Amino acid sequence: MSNDLLSLGGRHFHSRLFIGTGKFSSAETMQKAIRASHSEIVTVALRRVDLEAKNDDILDKIDRSTTLLLPNTSGARDAIEAIRLAKLARSLGGGDWVKLEVIPDPIYLLPDPIETLKAAIELVKEGFKVMPYINADPVLCKHLEDAGCICVMPLGSPIGSNQGIKTKANIEIIIHQSKIPVVIDAGLGEPSHASEAMEMGADAVLVNTAIAIAKDPEKIAEAFKLAVIAGRLSYIHRGRSTSHLASLMGNASSPLTGFLDEESRK
Amino acid sequence: MKNPENNPSSFLNLFHTIEFPKALEEIHSKEKRDVETALHNAILKRMEWGDYLALISPNADLYLEEMATISKEITLERFGKTIQIYVPIYLSNECRSSCLYCGFSFENKINRITLTETQLRKEAEILSNKGFRHILVLTGEDYSKTPIEYIMKSIEILREYFSSISIEIYPLDIEDYKKIIASGSDGLALYQETYNKEIYKKYHVRGVKKNMDYRLDAPDRGGMAGFRRIGIGALLGLSNPLGELYYLGLHANHLLKNFWKSQIQISLPRMRPAEGDFSEITPVTDREFVRFVTAIRIYFRDAGIILSTRESPHFRDNLVGLGITQMSAGSKTEPGGYQGVKALEQFQTEDKRSLEEIQEMICKKGFDPVLKDYDRAILK
Repeated sequence: MSNDLLSLGGRHFHSRLFIGTGKFSSAETMQKAIRASHSEIVTVALRRVDLEAKNDDILDKIDRSTTLLLPNTSGARDAIEAIRLAKLARSLGGGDWVKLEVIPDPIYLLPDPIETLKAAIELVKEGFKVMPYINADPVLCKHLEDAGCICVMPLGSPIGSNQGIKTKANIEIIIHQSKIPVVIDAGLGEPSHASEAMEMGADAVLVNTAIAIAKDPEKIAEAFKLAVIAGRLSYIHRGRSTSHLASLMGNASSPLTGFLDEESRK
Repeated sequence: MKNPENNPSSFLNLFHTIEFPKALEEIHSKEKRDVETALHNAILKRMEWGDYLALISPNADLYLEEMATISKEITLERFGKTIQIYVPIYLSNECRSSCLYCGFSFENKINRITLTETQLRKEAEILSNKGFRHILVLTGEDYSKTPIEYIMKSIEILREYFSSISIEIYPLDIEDYKKIIASGSDGLALYQETYNKEIYKKYHVRGVKKNMDYRLDAPDRGGMAGFRRIGIGALLGLSNPLGELYYLGLHANHLLKNFWKSQIQISLPRMRPAEGDFSEITPVTDREFVRFVTAIRIYFRDAGIILSTRESPHFRDNLVGLGITQMSAGSKTEPGGYQGVKALEQFQTEDKRSLEEIQEMICKKGFDPVLKDYDRAILK
């Protein structure tokens, strides 16, 4: 398992759990949760960061030597706004990484596929490592892959809804087709949801609300850490039970292939 | 656009990392237990590459009926109770390549014919009057006697008669494939014949076809050019079929990953007697053939699988519903064959039944013989 690294944007990560930093009750709680999660990629909304303040409380609490700070374009409602935010994010000094979020809808917070693709094409041209947050749309994923994104981040269910993987059928297609890592983002309300995503073959998951609003974020962060590892192990070392075959194997006659024996008797 | 020879994502790069004996070794390492696991994973829809290898391995023979059951179910789910019908139309038997096993081979002293426009229209009329709407256009490998301009002109003529035109001709560069598509073709079939480098070298002794890599890379170029359908295949009988199935699977996987807008079709032509004195056939039994077809279906759920008139009527009838999706009918493998021009055929067909007879057989099996499943209006 220790060799099972996540390769993303030219870097390798041990952890396959990304953490979002919104909704925590305090910067300290967030810091403890991140530590307990062993996460190496932490997203920060650029709109939350005060670049002018000397000691921004969120940035200060993230250990940048062990953790990649991934700025997101949350707040952008169209491609133009997202591109502007991404360029601003570069000035954070975290490099060219950007989690692309283009969300025109303030209620369900669903991402705009058309504007996201437009922004992705432009940002890739500008040298960004683009990680787009999108609905679980396999065709959109292929377009984003073609555009040069380093991964796709389809949602399991609407953000913050804690419903788990409601887009399962589409996520399966996305995982099957994708040449770039697939990170399940949004909707994962319980550690078991994260396990399920990893068992399906997702390369990583991103969790925010479920940890941030837990009674004990630190413990739940740890639970997510373990759940992601469990799901990944299960995916890599899939079961060897063949019980499903019992009904098939009981078939003594060969209605479908019997003709082959007829043929050989001729 | 650059040609994939210089492209790191070309199939060539993957192909050259795995030697044929190594592929065989990997297949032979599969045990009964691996086959059971593969079938289990098939039912759970989580097949992996190793599962495919288990299903093509000799140990899978014990589970042939189970494989057929699963294959049948998947085929029904993905394609319904339909079989698409197509017919080949040979434009020419001119060939500058020498492939020791082929009737068109340069050395064979045969009557060489290239259809004139009048002859081509006659062929097209006969076939479209019979009801055919999907055709496969074939030539030998003669870039000068049947140049791309001739092929394009032929496609334009054929568009007047048919809904879907696929080509099975000599390999081309991307730009030429684009021209072919622009002239009205929607599908590319290009069979590698064999994925075994040694054997390939031994049997392809002359002409452009000697260049294995250029041929192997052609489906990538076709994909880049934008063909809607890309057909690949191995001529079973030239080399160890297990190795062929290994690379065929690898190739299909590669194309599926890289050309998500194209449907991948797989064909497993078995060697048939042809002009010349080629006799070194590695036979593939009917049981093996069924194992390969069902393994491909179980692993590549949505791939088209083509069954030509090389196979016997009895065998073809029994494969309907088991995994195949397309059948040819009433095929002639010589240019002008439908209007009675005397020319040498590429190989002898085994199933000589007419379109009507094939349609009747398919209907009796409870399937719909589909003649038209594409419209030329889509392309222009």
